[in-house]
Amino acid sequence: MSKALAIVISLFLVLIAAGNRAQAGVFNPHTFTLDNGMEVVVLPNHRAPVVLHMVWYKAGSTDEPKGKSGIAHLLEHLMFKGTPKFPNGEFSKRVAQHGGQENAFTSLDYTGYYQTVASDRLEMVMELEADRMTNLVLNAEDVATERAVVLEERNQRIENKPAARLNEKALQKLYPQGHPYGRPVIGWRDELAALTREDALSFYKTNYAPDNAILVVAGDVKVDDVKRLAERYYGPIAKAGVNKRPSIISLGDIQGGETVLRDPRVKQISWSENIIQPSLTNGDPTRVVALEILAELLGGGGTSRLYRALVIEQPLADSVGTYYDSSQRGDGRFVFYASPRPGVPLAQLTQAVRDEVQKLLDQGLKPDELEKIKKRMQADAIFSRDAMKTGAWTIGGVLAREHKIDDIEKWPERVMAVTEADVVNALKAVMAEPRRIVTKLLPADKVGDSQ
Amino acid sequence: MKLKPLYLFIFAVLFPLNAYAVDVERVISPSGIEAWLVQDHSNPVVSVRFAFQGGSELDPEDKKGLANLAASTMDEGAGDIDSQAFQQILADQSITLRFEAGYDRFSGQVKTLTENADQAFDLLRLALTKPRFDAEPVARLKSQIISGIRASSEKPGKIAFNALYENLFPGHGYASDSDGSVESVEAITQADLKAFAETRLARGNLIVGVTGDVTPKQLGALLDKAFGSLPAKPNFTHQPETSAKAIGRLQVIDRKIPQSTIVFGHGGLKRDHPDYYAALVMNHIVGGGSFTSRLYEEVREKRGLAYSVGSSLYPMNLAGMIVGSAATENARVSETIDVIRAEWARMAAGEVSQQELDDAKTYVTGSFPLRFTSTDAIAQILVAMQVNDLGLDYLDKRNAYISSVTLEDVKRVAAEHLHPDLLDIIVVGRPAGIVPSH
Repeated sequence: MSKALAIVISLFLVLIAAGNRAQAGVFNPHTFTLDNGMEVVVLPNHRAPVVLHMVWYKAGSTDEPKGKSGIAHLLEHLMFKGTPKFPNGEFSKRVAQHGGQENAFTSLDYTGYYQTVASDRLEMVMELEADRMTNLVLNAEDVATERAVVLEERNQRIENKPAARLNEKALQKLYPQGHPYGRPVIGWRDELAALTREDALSFYKTNYAPDNAILVVAGDVKVDDVKRLAERYYGPIAKAGVNKRPSIISLGDIQGGETVLRDPRVKQISWSENIIQPSLTNGDPTRVVALEILAELLGGGGTSRLYRALVIEQPLADSVGTYYDSSQRGDGRFVFYASPRPGVPLAQLTQAVRDEVQKLLDQGLKPDELEKIKKRMQADAIFSRDAMKTGAWTIGGVLAREHKIDDIEKWPERVMAVTEADVVNALKAVMAEPRRIVTKLLPADKVGDSQ
Repeated sequence: MKLKPLYLFIFAVLFPLNAYAVDVERVISPSGIEAWLVQDHSNPVVSVRFAFQGGSELDPEDKKGLANLAASTMDEGAGDIDSQAFQQILADQSITLRFEAGYDRFSGQVKTLTENADQAFDLLRLALTKPRFDAEPVARLKSQIISGIRASSEKPGKIAFNALYENLFPGHGYASDSDGSVESVEAITQADLKAFAETRLARGNLIVGVTGDVTPKQLGALLDKAFGSLPAKPNFTHQPETSAKAIGRLQVIDRKIPQSTIVFGHGGLKRDHPDYYAALVMNHIVGGGSFTSRLYEEVREKRGLAYSVGSSLYPMNLAGMIVGSAATENARVSETIDVIRAEWARMAAGEVSQQELDDAKTYVTGSFPLRFTSTDAIAQILVAMQVNDLGLDYLDKRNAYISSVTLEDVKRVAAEHLHPDLLDIIVVGRPAGIVPSH
């Protein structure tokens, strides 16, 4: 193609984009599905001669059998051990020999593996990743050693951190009656310590298959090349007919409660209130986005209502804020959190939070308040295209949790459609929701706690 | 979640880049301010990183935390705009403007949509040259910082590294971290902050890296806008050069926790040492990378002792170090330390193969472009290249520096710079069977 023609075409594309601004997506991914059911997402980005290759499995800690908590995550570790073709840790050695970086992650709703490599090494990592989708070999000794590593990981992430121990207790209460969100991704210590090679292989065979996986490739690639390589390496793997995952929308009937953890190592008191709210799974899209806007205007950073009132004006807190997670496959969560300034009783601080909420309910939004936040969120969509990895992580996470790409791509227009009434109604529903847990992290000596 | 590599503070190891992907331009503004630029017009975003030489090492003994408090309050009002109004403009225009204090440098970041770049650089000028340091934001940020210091006093990693540095650099600015102490932060006044801004921020100690949707001509005007009214020269004297005083201590700091955190280190090479690249490759073999180092293999893969373990070169302006860390249950601390010492000794004795060297070199060269995947990441590298005086063509030369490292170089550098008997070790926890020394 001549350069002049290319310029004309790209100008034309810019005009189309400008003319359809409301329809413009966030990442504009290319998607297709292999014959064996594996979903593929391609996100070209030519800033650097680098590619990010990810495989996401729709299997996380929520998919674990009873009594086997931690198996999804332990299996993630074991996936680096070897196959007949690439035995004895050959996977990581090869990736490193090619200058690649890699890692893996396990969450409530998914497990994923990724490598970042020079773009001409895409085929190399695809061959390795496709191979370990079905050919993993484990011996009992490897499993025992890796289980010890994961127990240390649990020490590092949970047992050594009072805030993490509190969080673990609180989730158990917020999601009672054996709900899978009530158990930690890394597993309960006693169950984790008892996991075996057979447990790992059983979870692997049930969940690791192309029809339960999503391939995401971002970076300096052409869509056709990715398609050709994906068909060559992932295409021949037989589908497993993986069962549809059961719904994990919470049916628990808890009526509020409080979880407290006291520890002599706590030097700063913190409080939170966690409230079940709809997620993208069961929420009307307008309500979901209204909750996101609510979290931003109430407690999203240094210009939010709560920060201004409680940290700057009164001032009762060192920190305060709100956030809302809509992305889970199960319920979403709306969270208030705060840390008092030294000497401020917690009850005074939480009353001040309630007062600010009441003020918003009584008086509604200020002129321009909603428009400013909408404008900021539109800018967020532009910034999200900056780093190569953002689109890959976002879209992979959405698909692995059974949401739709539109939930990302249509996000900017959904934001624009939200009204003041939507935001106030979202807050009313948050306050009326009975499924909620208060957490308090306190020092052992009761200083600063008036409860 | 498999492994979070060790982030041993910021500038631990810099992998510069493979240049064919990016063109680095030197931009000189009309008034003579220099910035290094990588243009990228694919997205309407401009990322800026800048640094003023001289960081928390210069904090007065009774005002430790001064640079950090200045960094926290410089964006809290400037000129006629008070704290809340200033923060509101940043939020409304989606401008990121922030400062941070390291041991050696006072640094900052601006990230903005192209359409707001003028305003962003204007706000940066105000923050740098007319910060208000009003009583309310200073008191508020002091309270937050002090709460953070109190919380850190129970974080095993923070406790351990603070103790290590205190031991390695007695009486020097590197002995205490940038946060300062509860007492020293409380002692800082508005006059201290104003004096900080007036004496430390100047064109003469400024370094700028920019990436994104901006041309050299546009950038020239923006540089003058933001930095043109700074004084020509700063008014301070660096601390003297020093070296890490490692003597093979083994110190236990008691905390009632199930897992001990272990940190270790001794002196190492500074960034301008002629053997730096050989040392980088050598450390990669011992404790660098993610899943391939000897420490990873021996401590984690073979014995299941720890989730994270590794080591890094830590070259600072006034001293070099090599440091590392691991975390293991209290009962297995002693075994873990033995393994770490043994690996140090094995490498120091020159036990390293051509294959290990070749693998390390392909990784260290091949992973080089992986860092160039966001505008902010590239801007940070442009600053680091200037800080370390690496030259505009460094990106083209860097891999040749790595490739030229020989097996003899690695053995020589290991013999000269790894000292298992001098490793200072700090354990935070309740380790079993450890006898502290010194």
